[in-house]
Amino acid sequence: MSEFKPGLNMSVNFEEVFESKLAKNDIIEPKDWMPENYRKHLIRQISQHAHSEVVGMLPEGNWITRAPSLRAKLVLLAKVQDEGGHGLYLYTAAESLGISRDEMLEALHTGKAKYSSIFNYPTLTWADIGAIGWLVDGAAIMNQVMLQRTSYGPYARAMVRICKEESFHQRQGYEVMTKLSFGTSEQKEMAQDALNRWWYPTLMMFGPPDIESPNSDNALKWRIKRETNDQLRQRFVNQTIPQIEYLGLTCPDKSLKWNEAKKGYDFSEPNWEEFKNVIHGKGPCNKERLSSRNKSHKEGEWVRAAAMEFARKQNETA
Amino acid sequence: MADSQGPMWEVFVQKKAGQPFVHCGNLHAYDKEMALQNARDLYTRRSEGMALWVVLSSNIVSSSPEDIGSFFEPSNDKIFRHPTFYQIPDGVGHM
Repeated sequence: MSEFKPGLNMSVNFEEVFESKLAKNDIIEPKDWMPENYRKHLIRQISQHAHSEVVGMLPEGNWITRAPSLRAKLVLLAKVQDEGGHGLYLYTAAESLGISRDEMLEALHTGKAKYSSIFNYPTLTWADIGAIGWLVDGAAIMNQVMLQRTSYGPYARAMVRICKEESFHQRQGYEVMTKLSFGTSEQKEMAQDALNRWWYPTLMMFGPPDIESPNSDNALKWRIKRETNDQLRQRFVNQTIPQIEYLGLTCPDKSLKWNEAKKGYDFSEPNWEEFKNVIHGKGPCNKERLSSRNKSHKEGEWVRAAAMEFARKQNETA
Repeated sequence: MADSQGPMWEVFVQKKAGQPFVHCGNLHAYDKEMALQNARDLYTRRSEGMALWVVLSSNIVSSSPEDIGSFFEPSNDKIFRHPTFYQIPDGVGHM
């Protein structure tokens, strides 16, 4: 007779339970059994997502001290603070899968982990802050709205919270673009220049085309993603073109054309060679972003050590 | 998990007095005071609540998914715990 162990039923086929949960649209929680590859895929995706939020603070932080008005400065500060918060929600979601915060930060700081390639482009003018909020956050929202229904509970919950906060980001970005586009001719030119530079990098944010996307199959099978890169990209273009037209600006894609049959725009693919280069560290700002992250992490070291020591002493006297 | 970021804390927010505290997420902090301040900064930036609890995650005891059957089953056969089990005579009115 074997010893009775409550909760340890050897006749359960964990893989089948997992698959049937996915089939029923049930949510997987941290303590549920999951295939090792599902866990790995999520750790990679969620930690990259977290890194993107944190690194994303850098190009925007660049303009906090030079915002054109006190109102603009307050708004930008609040937005950048939100991005930091989004990074924190996501890091703890990844931690629920068994990786530590230190391991993730180490991977980011050594360049082993990736983050969204968009943040390796520079913010040259104030219009870039508008373009980032409008286009980059707009693209992120499109992806994140889908991820609210992702199969892993902690990730889905983080997304719900993030989506609520993101819509302010996109609106503030469009407001900046509106002011510039309806301002002086120099301001309008600045807005057009920002659109020209951010359009294709934003389209890259959805990832490589479906036919060559290495991680998509599993992501769809496991309901981590519910739509493909190309589907999301198409929806983004359809939604954004009327917004460009309202501003009186011109989309830099010369072959952009409405396609009545598919009720959507035909548009040119971004330069995927450039995308690969930027991902592999050859973008305009990769080095600067990584060194900024490393610098601030290193400069915060004494604060972490002091806080840890303070907590230890408090526990001693308690 | 031991970390240079301090231990993990679970955060519960009460939207307004009279309502239950609801779990909203977690965070790292080195001590109680910092946990409370971080929770305020992270989870109540848009008046999501007027009161907060923070609890060390390691102090939480939870059931495990493999136990679902044996642990929660005993309540399934006690349908007399539900008001619909009982018949109220016509004419008694709302009860």
